[in-house]
Amino acid sequence: MDISLQQVEYRYQVNSPFERLAIQDVTLDIPQGVYLAIIGHTGSGKSTVLQHLNALLQPTGGIVNIGNRQIRAKKKEKNLKEIRQRVGIVFQFPEHQLFEETVEKDICFGPLNFGVPEEEAKLRARQALKQVGLSEDILEKSPFDLSGGQMRRVAIAGVLAMGPDVIVLDEPTAGLDPRGRKEIMDMFYSLHKERNLSTVLVTHSMEDAARYADQIAIMHQGKLIKRGTPEEIFSSSEGLVELGLDVPEVVKFQLKLENKLGYKLGQTFLTIDQLSDAVVEHFQRGGRT
Amino acid sequence: MEKMIFGRYVPADSLIHRMDPRAKILLVFLFVCVVFLANNAMTYALIGLYTFMMLAFSKIPFRFLYEGLKPVLWLVVFTMLLQLFFTKEGALVFEYGPVKIYEEGIRQGIFISVRFFFLILMTSLLTLTTTPIEITDGLETLLNPLKKIHFPVHEMALMMSISLRFIPTLMEETDKIMKAQIARGVEFAGGPIKERIKAVIPLLIPLFVSSFKRAEDLAIAMEARGYRGGEGRTKYRQLDWKPVDTLLLFVLLAVTLLLFLLRS
Repeated sequence: MDISLQQVEYRYQVNSPFERLAIQDVTLDIPQGVYLAIIGHTGSGKSTVLQHLNALLQPTGGIVNIGNRQIRAKKKEKNLKEIRQRVGIVFQFPEHQLFEETVEKDICFGPLNFGVPEEEAKLRARQALKQVGLSEDILEKSPFDLSGGQMRRVAIAGVLAMGPDVIVLDEPTAGLDPRGRKEIMDMFYSLHKERNLSTVLVTHSMEDAARYADQIAIMHQGKLIKRGTPEEIFSSSEGLVELGLDVPEVVKFQLKLENKLGYKLGQTFLTIDQLSDAVVEHFQRGGRT
Repeated sequence: MEKMIFGRYVPADSLIHRMDPRAKILLVFLFVCVVFLANNAMTYALIGLYTFMMLAFSKIPFRFLYEGLKPVLWLVVFTMLLQLFFTKEGALVFEYGPVKIYEEGIRQGIFISVRFFFLILMTSLLTLTTTPIEITDGLETLLNPLKKIHFPVHEMALMMSISLRFIPTLMEETDKIMKAQIARGVEFAGGPIKERIKAVIPLLIPLFVSSFKRAEDLAIAMEARGYRGGEGRTKYRQLDWKPVDTLLLFVLLAVTLLLFLLRS
């Protein structure tokens, strides 16, 4: 399912002393199958953009196209369930949304709301639990007896079990330990590949954006200011620093190395392997030191 | 959710904002009593005039008040209907099957709902123009004499300020969890009543869980900063009673006097 935003604007609390323009003139295409990372400083409007992707927020200006539905300002929208089933959102700290007596019931909650039969929902719960790396013995446990990391995984499983075509992730690994982070991000990536999902990742981590995304969009003060492949985005590190953003460690290292060598490698590398190959090649050709 | 205005402070620089919180609390308290003196059109008009004058002084946009109070207006309308249908005094005005509406019912319906409306406006005015900290400080000072009879004034004030402080936080949290559950297919608006009541569970349970957790965190944070009750605790903000505070109280007293004269 393709999603596109056309000159979307959103204001919070219109007609109150607290009225605030959150995003403006955001135009963004998310074709089926793409992995898009949205990066930006705190308060840049990333989360607001994200809530437009399944019509949780209705734009105050512009058009949002979700599949064949069109959401515009000031029009009452009905029957948004289908959109919500096809676009699954994993919010920040999704463990806060757990409420059922057992893990199984909580994971089945989404699918049942969308009219999936109970047997099928239970089957999906098992599959989803496996995907997030938990064993089936916890199905009957209360979600509130689990550790923080396990709760996070159960909540994610609850969204996966809905069987969405598009997965939207709002900093899904915030507050997890490094190993848990990598496991979860790798899991989303393999799911993205296996099921040909669209994935939208809102993140602070330049490492994650560089490693997983096909496309990166940069938000700044409510506007979308740049979009491109990770190579394009991270090859101009000066611009990023001005926006208060960083570049991945590998790119940082490459810049330092190039400075020391007084030689440009001619391309920005996003993984250690690529970079080391390039450096080795450079020296094999008899590069100066 | 984001439109709720209860317990919310709207910063501005106005006559009402600058008033001493003690004066404001006394004023609102007095007003709440005085409202019940009104019993005819003249007296209600006087109270209405006074209320709107105070609102105008506060520089809070009417539009904002209206949006924020909309949900409460239903309660006002409900009160009115209740009076309308269940007061059985005076002449019969209208009859349709079992529904009988009497003259007194219409009178009571209008007056009571108007009174209710003014009460809501004035009490909202207090929280809209006074920070929770100021309200607490004011109340604590006003109630201080009760310490003699071992009334836990400080603890009460603290409890109050904590609840006021956490209203917006709780609202935000509610909004977040609602969105998360809507994304999982819950429909909070629309649908049969039974479904809608059921939809509240996935909202309330996470809210309870996070509130308890937050309470615990707050208690630990207070302990860590050496809080041990009101005994010997000094104040950073000093209250400052100005002539204008006295003046505004006298205005309300004058209104009260007028009410006594005009009521039937």
